[in-house]
Amino acid sequence: MFGIPSNMPSSAFDELWRLQQEVDELFGSWSSPLGIRSVPRGSFPAVNVGQTPERVDVYLFAPGIDPKSLEISMQQNLLTISGKRELKAGEEADYYRQERFGGEFRRVISLPEEVDPERVQAKYVDGIVQIGVQRRESARPRQIEIH
Amino acid sequence: MATNSEVTRRGSGAAAQQASGPAAQRTQATEAPIRPPVDIWEDKDGITLCADMPGVSKERLSLRVDGNNLIVEGQLQLELAQKAEALYADVRSSLYRRSFSLSGELETGKIEASLKDGVLTVRIPKRAELRPRKIEVQGS
Repeated sequence: MFGIPSNMPSSAFDELWRLQQEVDELFGSWSSPLGIRSVPRGSFPAVNVGQTPERVDVYLFAPGIDPKSLEISMQQNLLTISGKRELKAGEEADYYRQERFGGEFRRVISLPEEVDPERVQAKYVDGIVQIGVQRRESARPRQIEIH
Repeated sequence: MATNSEVTRRGSGAAAQQASGPAAQRTQATEAPIRPPVDIWEDKDGITLCADMPGVSKERLSLRVDGNNLIVEGQLQLELAQKAEALYADVRSSLYRRSFSLSGELETGKIEASLKDGVLTVRIPKRAELRPRKIEVQGS
């Protein structure tokens, strides 16, 4: 940790934790500070965010939900998504595995500051909630012509 | 449209955006398939499997029985704006894959599957003659 040699005894937990750090480092997330609203890896729903000079697109990997149950709101550049996922349970069934997430969820995503909270669109396709937010015109890169 | 694998690869950490060359190649080479979470339960007529595979359409889903194994694969596709670059990514691969070994009392020829909103449901019936029978105890 921190590159400081240590002779502290290490437990199995420490080893796992270090492995997690190494994985994070491998994927490049270690060098950057942790977002204050970020959630641990594996939280439901997973989120990807893509950007272009014109817009920011947020993808929530939320399969099998009723899109009407979703609440999506934006305050400045903070996007909040909450909802509930109800899992269909088999009647008189014996479970071997229950790995899928069920219940209520909430995620807050901090978008670039210059997004326009008035221009947001959302849709649900193949279990992915896609939320597109336009950037403010004034914040977009402009080509300056030379006369 | 950029391809999805491009974004999920680019999503391999913000560092991948700046770093081209060996680091970028490494993230591509290590694109491991996603292991979709599953629920599996059994009732008297068969086994049901539900798998979360968001972003997979019917056309990009493959379900096959190979010998004794049931193999589930799917290709994830996102609708991406042109020249999109990743700001953040939990999902860093575009392939789902998981396999399960079946057992002899299951009727692999009669497996039924459906895909809705990114959830795959597979129903594997038991052979009729092998469904559990309640055995009556004869009393005198």
